[in-house]
Amino acid sequence: MKSSTLFRVAAQSILKNRMRTLLTMLGIVIGVGAVIVMVAIGQGAQSQIEDQIKGLGTNMIVITPGTTTQGGASQGAGTFNRLTVEDAEKLARESTTLAAVSPVIMTRTQVIGGSGNWRTQVNGVSPDYLIIRDWGVADGALFGEEELQSKRRVVVLGSTVAENLFPDGAAVGAQVQLGRSPFTVVGVLQPKGQTATGANQDDVVLVPYTTAQDRLSGFSFIGQILVSTTSPERIPASIAEIGVLMRESHGLQGAMPDDFTVQDQTAIAATATSTTSVMTALLAAIASISLIVGGIGIMNIMLVSVTERTREIGIRMAIGARGSDVLTQFLIESIVMSVLGGIIGLAVGFAGAALLGHLTGWATATPISAVVLAVGFSAAVGVFFGYYPARKAAALNPIDALRFE
Amino acid sequence: MSMTNSEAVIRVSNLKKVYSMGDNQVFALNDVSLTVEPGEMIAVMGTSGSGKSTLMNVLGCLDMPTSGSYVLDGVRVDGMSRNQLADLRNEKLGFIFQSFNLISRTSAIDNVELPLLYDRKNRWTDTRTMARKSLEHVGLGERLDHQPSELSGGQQQRVAIARALVTQPALLLADEPTGNLDSRTTIEVMALFQELNDRGITILLVTHESEVAQYAKRVVVMKDGRIVRDEQVTDRHNAAEDLRQLDREIEEENALHAAEKEAA
Repeated sequence: MKSSTLFRVAAQSILKNRMRTLLTMLGIVIGVGAVIVMVAIGQGAQSQIEDQIKGLGTNMIVITPGTTTQGGASQGAGTFNRLTVEDAEKLARESTTLAAVSPVIMTRTQVIGGSGNWRTQVNGVSPDYLIIRDWGVADGALFGEEELQSKRRVVVLGSTVAENLFPDGAAVGAQVQLGRSPFTVVGVLQPKGQTATGANQDDVVLVPYTTAQDRLSGFSFIGQILVSTTSPERIPASIAEIGVLMRESHGLQGAMPDDFTVQDQTAIAATATSTTSVMTALLAAIASISLIVGGIGIMNIMLVSVTERTREIGIRMAIGARGSDVLTQFLIESIVMSVLGGIIGLAVGFAGAALLGHLTGWATATPISAVVLAVGFSAAVGVFFGYYPARKAAALNPIDALRFE
Repeated sequence: MSMTNSEAVIRVSNLKKVYSMGDNQVFALNDVSLTVEPGEMIAVMGTSGSGKSTLMNVLGCLDMPTSGSYVLDGVRVDGMSRNQLADLRNEKLGFIFQSFNLISRTSAIDNVELPLLYDRKNRWTDTRTMARKSLEHVGLGERLDHQPSELSGGQQQRVAIARALVTQPALLLADEPTGNLDSRTTIEVMALFQELNDRGITILLVTHESEVAQYAKRVVVMKDGRIVRDEQVTDRHNAAEDLRQLDREIEEENALHAAEKEAA
């Protein structure tokens, strides 16, 4: 039989029992719909987290002080702070793969000025900092190389600080006091929102690191060095290069362990996304169970259908249908039903995900792979659960089938 | 497999079909030999349990004999596989059953087209037209899209005949074709058979009604799995003639009724 004829015959017998077909397909519709909604929620959460991590800065690598060992006992991370401004300057000068380098000197202080005062995080950074963090200035400008060299007392306010001290928006050009030193506000940062862990990234002020060392912290050691590569592909090469340069800078030789840690975003991102991908997989697995239940529904109906149509099978065989013709016919019927159910389920799933996103405000995203998987899986369900009834039909003896009442 | 005029349509010899019922064996067919030449119209008669249904199943390539040989239209049938039998049924045989055996909720033309669609040699091109012509041939050109449930018994059997004929088979096998029909429709169907036979189609029909067998050219009687009688029909009835006779009787009866009414 031609395949077009096979599909016509399958369509005919499916349409003969509209109500039954609809109810049978409902199992698959719900199964596929549930998978799509669950994956959409999981993926939405995942891409939200990925966006936040990306918001930390593109191609960013973080160098932090390492551990020291005293008499065989590890003292834990940051116990011996040997990151210096010189390390950062060496990296900026000698590396071939880094696009931007900024030391970060971190301290907390009271900012006084405008309409009141505000305790906040002060970061002493280089002008590269905003490039690394993929961050922009909303008003005014960041300090440049010249302000850095001459240790100028200039400050760029995070949006939260600016809103609290200058509710009227006239921050740029104003004078504020950081600790005991007067600073001039030269710019206000764009809002960046929360980190993945919930910290407010806008509650910060930026000053030149030279000024910070001079006026605020008084240490020559720094909390971390941020660098960024020219492209994500360069990250492994950059990490290797940073290792070499840092060991050189710290005078480490031979088998001496690193006294610094180099970490890129993929490690941070991997940790954060692995949690949500486990959740997505779990949700999808639970939803798949309903797909299997739907498949059992198809098998049930196909078995009933084979018994009910025993005589028809006998007639078809008497006029020349081979067992394989009968098998194909019943298999196509169950596949058409399950794939049709899968496609309707897709539509229901998309609508459900959109509605849920609208009602709850959750981010939802359905990747193409989930669509392909859901439809493919429903076809597989049709084959798997349709095969046994179809084989039963094909194995019938035409004489018995014709005599069946 | 070339077919010549001298080739018999059916040639079976020493056919045996044995069923084992516990310890004893039952011979459904016991040494049956039969030859049917092209253009014959042969009726197989017998009571139930005589073996006529088993013979029908073997001749219809639905069942395999335990021993003996069967040549259908020049093709050796015994020893064939399930698939080969299916192909042979499609190519050489047309089936007509007592209970019509049309596929329900499927239009007449779809039913008739079906055997053409199972053809493995792709012999047919315009199957739809062939199905329509076959239905027109049995006088159902106006009812192509009717479903079996919308047709009378006689009409359903005509659809079945159209389906059996559409592949131009070497042999038409009819199993109690009139068993579910009233006497008038029975004669109508037999008239159609005779007309087809006059045009050269070989027909083998199984029946237990001697009135039906009277329309055949040759009658074979079976008993206990053996052929006990095999003879040409001497006073063969003409179904078309019988129909006209029946119509005249009805007319006379009607006239009589009308006269009685008038008198009253």
